[in-house]
Amino acid sequence: MNTSEINCPPRATHAFHDAGFLASIETRQRVGAPGWQEAPTLPELLARDDARFALSRALWETRVPRVHEDLLKARIDAMPEGVLKTAHLKAWNLERIDGEEGLALLEHAELEMLGLLATRRKETFHPHRKATFLLDRNINYTNVCRIGCDFCAFYRRDKEEGAYTLSHEAIFEKIDETIAVGGTSVLMQGGVNPHLKIEYYEDLFRAIKERYKLHLHALSVIEIEGIARVSRLTVAETLERLKAAGLDSIPGAGAEILVDEIRLDQSPVKRHAHRWIDVMKEAHRAGLPTTATMMFGALEEKRHVIEHILRVRDAQDETRGFYSFIMWTFQGENTELLKKHPDIHLTTAVEYLKVVAVSRLMMDNIPNIQGSWVTMGPKVGQTALHYGANDMGSIMIEENVVSAAGTSFVLDRAGMIDLVRRAGFTPVHRDIYYNLLAEYPEYELGNQTHPSERL
Amino acid sequence: MEMLEPLLAAVSHRPPENSPARNPEPFKRVSYQAVQGALRKALRGERLTFEDGVNLYHAPDLGELGAVANEINLAKNGRDVYFNVNRHINPTNICALSCKFCAFSRKPGEPGAYAYTDDEIATRARLAVESGATEIHMVGGLHPRWNLKTYTNIIRVVKEAAPQAHVKAFTAVELDWLARRERKTVREVLELLREAGLGSLPGGGAEIFAPYVRETICDTKLTAEGWIDIHRTAHGLGLRSNCTMLYGHIEDVESRVDHMLRLRALQDETRGFQVFIPLAFQPENNDLGITKHTYGVDDLKNIAVARILLDNFRNVKAYWIMMGNHMAQAALHYGANDVDGTVVEEKIANMAGSRSGMKLAHERLLSLIRAADRIPVERSTTYEVIRRFDNDDSKATAEERALA
Repeated sequence: MNTSEINCPPRATHAFHDAGFLASIETRQRVGAPGWQEAPTLPELLARDDARFALSRALWETRVPRVHEDLLKARIDAMPEGVLKTAHLKAWNLERIDGEEGLALLEHAELEMLGLLATRRKETFHPHRKATFLLDRNINYTNVCRIGCDFCAFYRRDKEEGAYTLSHEAIFEKIDETIAVGGTSVLMQGGVNPHLKIEYYEDLFRAIKERYKLHLHALSVIEIEGIARVSRLTVAETLERLKAAGLDSIPGAGAEILVDEIRLDQSPVKRHAHRWIDVMKEAHRAGLPTTATMMFGALEEKRHVIEHILRVRDAQDETRGFYSFIMWTFQGENTELLKKHPDIHLTTAVEYLKVVAVSRLMMDNIPNIQGSWVTMGPKVGQTALHYGANDMGSIMIEENVVSAAGTSFVLDRAGMIDLVRRAGFTPVHRDIYYNLLAEYPEYELGNQTHPSERL
Repeated sequence: MEMLEPLLAAVSHRPPENSPARNPEPFKRVSYQAVQGALRKALRGERLTFEDGVNLYHAPDLGELGAVANEINLAKNGRDVYFNVNRHINPTNICALSCKFCAFSRKPGEPGAYAYTDDEIATRARLAVESGATEIHMVGGLHPRWNLKTYTNIIRVVKEAAPQAHVKAFTAVELDWLARRERKTVREVLELLREAGLGSLPGGGAEIFAPYVRETICDTKLTAEGWIDIHRTAHGLGLRSNCTMLYGHIEDVESRVDHMLRLRALQDETRGFQVFIPLAFQPENNDLGITKHTYGVDDLKNIAVARILLDNFRNVKAYWIMMGNHMAQAALHYGANDVDGTVVEEKIANMAGSRSGMKLAHERLLSLIRAADRIPVERSTTYEVIRRFDNDDSKATAEERALA
């Protein structure tokens, strides 16, 4: 088989049909999130600059044969028959890639091939050359944790020096600051504090929701399990009560690598991968959409990365509750894990970009892929947009967990806008559900500042 | 389809061609045909024009540009990636010039100003070769009291301390200064330095050739024509040299392309350049008011455009010290085939630990190149292969062990 036998949908219609704003609306419908709008009619679409641009681009492309497509085809056709070639062909043809093929891609495919194929697949979700970012605050309401994962430099034991739990007032203050700079959501995460029962969270969420109109993206699987445990409730009951108290969505943190043998080593108590998946599915069933994450670059092998992706994808097939897949790399300094395994090979740029690209290729049922400028630095974060990522994640006003492990990349809004624009994309400030809040279209002269950047 | 045709005309995104912006504004919407045409020309092995070069910088798809550059590089160099084991010695930071982008230079008597004695230079050179260096890279400020004798002496001192090391020293700016000071021609100066042991010239001092940029960032420095003349002279004497381009400050895309094409023209004439080295601007302590590091995508694009435009250069270097490890590694898939050397910082405080520092840098470079699916090849200054670490891990480790 070679590329000429493949029936690829005509790009113009397909780009038009899948134009990114439609994709994002569809996402919102799928997750059943509040605030989604009705799909625009064709005249409405054509009145929009981004639609016209997506369309004109698609038309240009159908007229002008693209160099990279010829290169890709020639390279794929020259490959010996086998799983690697099949994987490339499926990626080219926008088909579902299975685990074995994914592993072949991750292990043996060329970086540039992965980049081009991932971009091709990304454009079926986001053909509008926009890249989004979020502005929010990670409020780490407590750092007391009974778990103590090896890779974490943030947690404290109960009564240990530096242990804290924030008061409502302290949290409100942080929220005020977030809203003042244009945030529409807060992320709240903390340790698994054995003293905090469900009433604490219900009170807190209700108090927040009474005072503010904002999106509450909070907790994680391990915290939810902890709350259920100390409150003697089932996970489903816990989720229901938290949702009733105002929880809007749940971050997919704590997934690390969803393979039991690795999890045992990294965190002795966060034991079973299937529990993470189960809680997430439970949340989706309770009407709480979530993100999914992956932390790699610690002890896992490439096959574990693929296994993780497959597990998330399978769950997504079932519940359709994940709206974004987020990748982190392991942070070295200050962690027990690095002390135990000083020879850990920290992820380099090429390896990172390959994982991003393979994730984009395999995650055919999750619309958004987020790169991590926080852990890999702004240069690599920006480059990831050309390897399948369509989102830069958050300009986090506060993130204690990553900074405790020694990473100190800081970006403000203007810096983020600049970074995205200089990567060749139109920067878009989004909310949690990828609704577009503000767009920063390109302007012509380099030395002028966009009015919004002077803020 | 026809129905949609008028929409194309309605798209008002394209800014006028040749926008007067100084600051490089990448991804100006250029016509797809122009970009695709330039890329196809490059793949056919045809020479690209100035307009082609500018269009490549504005190409919207980094992956596509990179794939073409990568294709060209693979055809020229395969998967081999060069590095060398070298050491920088900066004999003085006292400088008569005051370039706005420079954080290194000091005026005589200013705090932090230094000039090494012969002994200090000899010790550094000796330590370098003991830890495996095959090259001593020497550039410094324009010390107002140093003359030709001082310079020949420095080379002799290094050569005595490290007879087997290749001495790559003195930029065109230093040579020009020296020639004017001694009222000799550059040719005569170079002949004397070569007699003392000079092996080749580094590529520094080129900055950006375009006069409208040069007059702002380094108005007192040697002119573009002067720089090119000196390298032409050196090539005429059989001395090979490198060339650089400083980017990420106030230059525009046009001036980058212009810079590369001037180098390409001299290369046509002399074939004396070994490698082209883009240098990412470092924003710490400059007088230009620039606070930002270069963009990652821009680093990669620059490498790719250089690889495509400079059809008569065999080597393009991703200088990891300036770009950062991550980008230098990614650049190996955008047309670069060299990552420079195991440059060890040459502060006195580090001298005791320099041997382990060198070893560490060496191992890190090997693993960086391997993780990019490339084969590390240790080279000499003049790009002869010293050792090829092919990807068979056990063998490579044995070699590394032997080296350590």
